[in-house]
Amino acid sequence: MKGHTAILEGSRAVAEAVRACRPDVISVYPITPQTHILEDLARFVASGRLKSQFVRADSEFSAASIVYGASAAGARTYTASASQGLLLMTEVIYAMASTRLPVVLTAVNRTISAPITIQPDHQDTMSLRDTGALQIHVESLQEAYDAHVQSFRIAEDPEVQLPLFICMDGWVLSHSYEPVTVYPDEAVAEFAGRFKPVQMLDPKAPLTYGAYADQDVLMEYRYALMQAQEKAKGKIRAAAKEYREVFGNFDGDLVDPYFTDDAEVVLVAMGSMVSTIRSAVDELRAEGQKVGLLKVRSFRPFPKEEIQAVCGKVPVVAVLDKSLSVNSGGVLATEVKGALYGAPSSPVVVPFMAGLGGKEVNRKVIREIVDLARRAADGESPVPETVWMGLDHRFFDR
Amino acid sequence: MMELPLGGVCGAGESKKLETGKWRAFRPVVDKAMCVKCGRCADFCPDSCMEIGPDGAEVNLYYCKGCMICMRECPVNAISKEVEVK
Repeated sequence: MKGHTAILEGSRAVAEAVRACRPDVISVYPITPQTHILEDLARFVASGRLKSQFVRADSEFSAASIVYGASAAGARTYTASASQGLLLMTEVIYAMASTRLPVVLTAVNRTISAPITIQPDHQDTMSLRDTGALQIHVESLQEAYDAHVQSFRIAEDPEVQLPLFICMDGWVLSHSYEPVTVYPDEAVAEFAGRFKPVQMLDPKAPLTYGAYADQDVLMEYRYALMQAQEKAKGKIRAAAKEYREVFGNFDGDLVDPYFTDDAEVVLVAMGSMVSTIRSAVDELRAEGQKVGLLKVRSFRPFPKEEIQAVCGKVPVVAVLDKSLSVNSGGVLATEVKGALYGAPSSPVVVPFMAGLGGKEVNRKVIREIVDLARRAADGESPVPETVWMGLDHRFFDR
Repeated sequence: MMELPLGGVCGAGESKKLETGKWRAFRPVVDKAMCVKCGRCADFCPDSCMEIGPDGAEVNLYYCKGCMICMRECPVNAISKEVEVK
């Protein structure tokens, strides 16, 4: 399908996708940490281009609670936040997932204070890793647009019914401009479908959300979340496949391997860093270096089998992390290692802390990572627990 | 196969079916011959598990959690406790 290509800001690309998906209720906390996504949506509502209930809340906790209630009442719902705002939403996100409410949320990834900052990394959404919400990371503005168009039908699928985060790096994606192809509203609305809740609040047939449960079924509800996320894998793939059939330009999936088949080193990463790695891989391939990239697009559900399939074939895997579990290491690296442990064939995994707190990761850094990973895996010295890229050692070496 | 309600969502008022008394370590036992039906136990019971019947105080063991406030408050010591054996 022919779309209209324009130079758009990341936030605007998201707002265009969300508008065309026609959410019934949007609730946001309008002050920092917030992005232009909500400003654009507010403008659409004010001008009549979007017929949503737009509720400005007094905090992210309230914003999340408002979309919680609206979703329970059968509305298609959307919210957006970042950083500390996501932390303030945490309690509600757990409840959303457990009571199975398919709220779509744009998580503009920014780190967590202190020190107080506005720099991008994945510390915020990683703190919400275990809520039960789905988390899809995007690398470009086109993918941010495409992923939002796909998001509602994945979240609202009767077999899924879970909140879904589209994670996009702050500034690098949210505030930068790129050419984005936007598709006609009618086509997007048709693709997104309408929310058909399997149950909803109705004064005529009252329901209880958040009823008490004891040790006899509590674990069972956790297990049900595991199953729903497992089901979501197929739905994410199906949405991507149909999107390609309808709109023609994008193949989203749980992972995206790039030059991995014959690779000696594969770099695993998420978010905007992936496009930097992609261009570094092109550069290295042109020089004859067998380097590949495995983009983890869906962090939850976690694509364990796909990671095994790609990484099982290569000798060295470098995982680049933008989030830290203190005294354990990078969160993605830990999970990739977990996926590969006990797999039929497993590579040497070298974890890198790269881009934490907005630390620069350019092609030069990527090339350095490839060299370090090769050296770490040569068997001459033990594989380091985590390599901290760009760490200023003057503060630590005595 | 049993069905787990999606998201634990249930009909309004279904919480009444929940047997909250199953945590109980002690069970209050009323000596009806001593009970003066003053209603003090019912007033103090935080779970409204005490009702004054024609023969004296009756304990609703479906909800009673065995806090034994009733025993402590009874002015004539008509309530004693027994260890709950399951």
